[in-house]
Amino acid sequence: MSFPLLTAVAALPAIGAVATAAVPAARRTAAKWLALAVSLATLVLAAVVAFRFDPGGDRYQLTESHAWIADFGVRYELGVDGIGVALIALTALLVPFVVLAGWHDADPLEGRTPDRRWRPTQGFFALILAVEAMVIISFAATDVFLFYVFFEAMLIPMYFLIGGFGDRAGARDEDEAAKQRSYAAVKFLLYNLAGGLIMLAAVIGLYAVTADQLGEGTFSLQAIVEARQSGELAMAQNTERLLFLGFFLAFAVKAPLWPLHTWLPNAMGESTAPVAVLITAVVDKVGTFAMLRFCLGLFPEASAWATPVVLVLALVSIIYGALLAIGQRDIKRLIAYASISHFGFIILGIFAMTSQGQGGATLYMVNHGISTAALMLVAGFLISRRGSRLIADYGGVQKVAPVLAGTFLIGGLATLSLPGLAPFVSEFLVLVGTFTRYPAAGIVATFGIVLAALYVLVLYQRTMTGPVRPEVERMPDLRKRELAVVAPLIVLLVFLGVFPKPLTDIVNPAVEHTLSDVQKTDPDPEVEAAK
Amino acid sequence: METLIGLLVAAPLLGAAVLLCGGRRLDRTGHWIGTALAAASFVLGAVLFADMLGREAEDRTLSQHVFSWIPVGGFQADVAFRLDQLSMTFVLLITGVGTLIHVYSIGYMEHDERRRRFFGYLNLFLAAMLLLVLADNYLLLYAGWEGVGLASYLLIGFWQHKPSAATAAKKAFIVNRVGDIGLSIAIMIMFTTFGTFAFSPVLESVGETSEGTATAIGLMLLLAACGKSAQVPLQSWLGDAMEGPTPVSALIHAATMVTAGVYLIVRSGAIFDAAPAAQTAVVTVGAVTLLFGAIVGCAKDDIKKALAGSTMSQIGYMVLAAGLGPIGYAFAIMHLVTHGFFKAGLFLGAGSVMHGMNDEVDMRRYGGLRKYMPITFATFGLGYLAIIGFPGLSGFFSKDKIIEAAFAKGGTEGWILGGAALLGAAITAFYMTRVMLMTFFGEERWRNAPTPSPKEPSVEPAAETRGEYEVPHPHESPRSMTIPMIVLAFGSVFAGGLFSWGEAFVHWLEPVVPFEHGHPPVSALTVTSATVVALLIGVGAAWLQYGRKPVPAVAPRGSLLTRAARRDLLQDDFNHVVLVKPGEYLTRGLVYLDHKVVDGAVNGTAAAVGGLSGRSRRIQNGYARSYAVSMFGGAAILVAATLLMRAV
Repeated sequence: MSFPLLTAVAALPAIGAVATAAVPAARRTAAKWLALAVSLATLVLAAVVAFRFDPGGDRYQLTESHAWIADFGVRYELGVDGIGVALIALTALLVPFVVLAGWHDADPLEGRTPDRRWRPTQGFFALILAVEAMVIISFAATDVFLFYVFFEAMLIPMYFLIGGFGDRAGARDEDEAAKQRSYAAVKFLLYNLAGGLIMLAAVIGLYAVTADQLGEGTFSLQAIVEARQSGELAMAQNTERLLFLGFFLAFAVKAPLWPLHTWLPNAMGESTAPVAVLITAVVDKVGTFAMLRFCLGLFPEASAWATPVVLVLALVSIIYGALLAIGQRDIKRLIAYASISHFGFIILGIFAMTSQGQGGATLYMVNHGISTAALMLVAGFLISRRGSRLIADYGGVQKVAPVLAGTFLIGGLATLSLPGLAPFVSEFLVLVGTFTRYPAAGIVATFGIVLAALYVLVLYQRTMTGPVRPEVERMPDLRKRELAVVAPLIVLLVFLGVFPKPLTDIVNPAVEHTLSDVQKTDPDPEVEAAK
Repeated sequence: METLIGLLVAAPLLGAAVLLCGGRRLDRTGHWIGTALAAASFVLGAVLFADMLGREAEDRTLSQHVFSWIPVGGFQADVAFRLDQLSMTFVLLITGVGTLIHVYSIGYMEHDERRRRFFGYLNLFLAAMLLLVLADNYLLLYAGWEGVGLASYLLIGFWQHKPSAATAAKKAFIVNRVGDIGLSIAIMIMFTTFGTFAFSPVLESVGETSEGTATAIGLMLLLAACGKSAQVPLQSWLGDAMEGPTPVSALIHAATMVTAGVYLIVRSGAIFDAAPAAQTAVVTVGAVTLLFGAIVGCAKDDIKKALAGSTMSQIGYMVLAAGLGPIGYAFAIMHLVTHGFFKAGLFLGAGSVMHGMNDEVDMRRYGGLRKYMPITFATFGLGYLAIIGFPGLSGFFSKDKIIEAAFAKGGTEGWILGGAALLGAAITAFYMTRVMLMTFFGEERWRNAPTPSPKEPSVEPAAETRGEYEVPHPHESPRSMTIPMIVLAFGSVFAGGLFSWGEAFVHWLEPVVPFEHGHPPVSALTVTSATVVALLIGVGAAWLQYGRKPVPAVAPRGSLLTRAARRDLLQDDFNHVVLVKPGEYLTRGLVYLDHKVVDGAVNGTAAAVGGLSGRSRRIQNGYARSYAVSMFGGAAILVAATLLMRAV
């Protein structure tokens, strides 16, 4: 038996989380370094996964399979296709930056004597690593039940990260801030729990169906997909649709899709910037990833049935999210609504059922992760300097902190999908992939690019340009640690914008498999062009 | 030779990267690095040009495949270049005029502490524009297209501490993005129809698709062109773009950016030839814009804004010509090149005037400057003669051909278009003579402190209105600024004649840009005479108003049309009422709705699903545990229901 690489990628941060939590209260800094080292080691392992993965090989690779709860056919089954590899790489890549950016976010407040027993700093970094471990398992799980367990379990560390370590910028009144924070955390938990429980019902329903028809119940994704394709497992139309809805609803809350999005602005607004990145760039991706892997793979006919409605909801998300972003007064909430718009693009691409749409959607997940991380983390640095999240409290920052302003602008330009930066590639692929099958939807989505320019440039104009406000006059420019967070992200944005081929090479075959699951092929061009 | 093409783009791109990432240590040398790399690109272009001339006319297209950019299924986007006669023309214009503007900026921006960054942006602008004209497919062109948008955003807003500059930059980018929707959709239609968006296959097989598809692509390309080339209805950003430093205006108006739309239409000629309805739309936009810009140009007291109106109008001529099909394509490009010379010269001249006049832009505060700035006067004067189409100078040849081609369109349409073009020529002569007279002739109005306008203040930025007035000491600009102006003046004088010698320019482009002789309903001589008469009428009218009578230092109230034209024919008021205000209400309303309705409804539903209906007000009390328990209850019911359903 070969080395269980996928288990190792997930286990490393999990062990790291425990170790970090166990660091004594007085050794806060050691905990930080430990967390950083673990996240970097995880990145190395993830890189090994990416290199070991052969795009031309089997659909699922690096597979592991062990019996877990034999009575219910639950197995510990892992395996990755190109989409999983890309997202594991994204997760492993972002966490070190999240750790580094949040270096001081969980330091004890000045003027308060730190409690000997209570170790918030250790807890903060341990929770981040715990989330990383669970997200990685979710991306690798090919057993529906295994996936479900971690899909739900990651809510717990996220709940504490949101509720326990709020953004101190809003803390004009500590009690009020704590109240807002706990409201956001509870809302996050309730929304996701509700979605998850509906999914649980569907998971059990799926088991019942397989038990009924195959004689023996199973949660194995591959086994179910094969049985469906061979005709052994035939679901009644209504059953399939209900099960699909159960899964889809959970993923749509997580993604989040309009109108289930309202928890996101609260959660991203109240948490610290690195945690906000963890939410939108990493955890939410499990939702869109799962749509692609589970909804389409398990329920191809129901997916086709739901497509028109999902496309409309995705379009509403794109336009609605962007319009709401334009109307925001709070920097972090603005970025949250921009993300809602971007998740609309991802879901649009998935349900366009073309290779460009789904390939674009997968790239979009990766690129949105990097670009939002860049924008949100710089926004966090900005907010920590001035102690306010309100756009109106800034002005003229460009003059006093040109590097901060410059990196903020690049993050913004990535968010509005400027060609040359990575998000353009994915956004255009989604648009084209949608247009070839649903021209009207493609055109409506295209309007999103103007709205994106509006919310990004208005944000930049109000915060960075104009006369220098007295409150920002002494604002220091980016520090070394902060530059070390932002610069690599920007390099990646440029690299993947100019040369995305390494990524598309990995993703393309996986998308072809998914399309064959739903029995769709790309529409042929009307005219065979002279080559 | 092919491998050199990529270097054309790479040189200024490298400059941008080095200058923008290099930090303070490059502050002393940055402008030289930037200028050297722009010049290197020009030299490369010249080498390639010489090589191109050495080959047969049919064998002049070079292509270079650099790498595969976005390969996903049938969607194959490459980074690949195509250098043919059309792109060569643009390469020489962009790098040539661009390099001159770099040289000029060394002097012009000497006292700006952020000069290094300015040169970085200029380099970026050149690189993006070169990418645009060298791309061999529409998607790579799109990358250059948006790159130009970015560079213009950075340069228009270069003086970011001025709120007006920051607003103007944002406006330019966003209006351009509206146009970009067009290019984006055009590419999507191309991919859906042809399975590719590379120039050759699309343009060669456009005849096999329906006219409806060709028209749709054409109209979308036109929308894109309207954005970048500031054509009605997406013209509103151009006037505000004058907030950038003057060399930027020269760059945007002459060598880069606004010419991109004309390039796009001419490059896509085969699509428009297959779509007569789209062509009609193109000529309409061109004709409307050429009059619109000219009227606005007449009313502006700000020298740069007057020139901006003129650019809009001249690009209108080019778009008009490009919409005429093979009888006009070549002339659109020819006018584009000659315009590149004289408009760059005029803007640099305007910058030189401002340089000597404490950055004053109000022409009512100028007057009699020819004595103090002889070189600026001479070069600006030659540019002036060229733009109004004085016989023998560059603008005469290129504009006259467009007017002829407009008449040659035939039928009523031909008469309307030709008439509009002639009328435009008269107005051009009027407003340019006005600029000339107000700046270089007449009383020296700058000697006295300005009196604030009694009733209606001019919408132009008011002259120094606060307290003490410092009398400017007009002087000639340093040599780094005058030499580029002199070079451009040569182009303004001779380029047109050279290009028309034995139809040299038309024949040069012919292998890639199809050409047909137009046949105007009246003889060419008649058209030319009419053009000259129009010119004389325009000059005469301007002289009567601004030459014979003293120019008031404060703008008179003016007629309704004048006042409307000062406000750019109410374009911003229109956009404000139709787009901005409703947009604000919409977003504000949605913010409220999202908070009150969507959030509330979902919370309520969640509570109901969780078995909390009737007690849903408790959603606010924050007991996570009790919710979780209730929800587990709800979920259990769901599970039971699912199992039950299976049993049924």
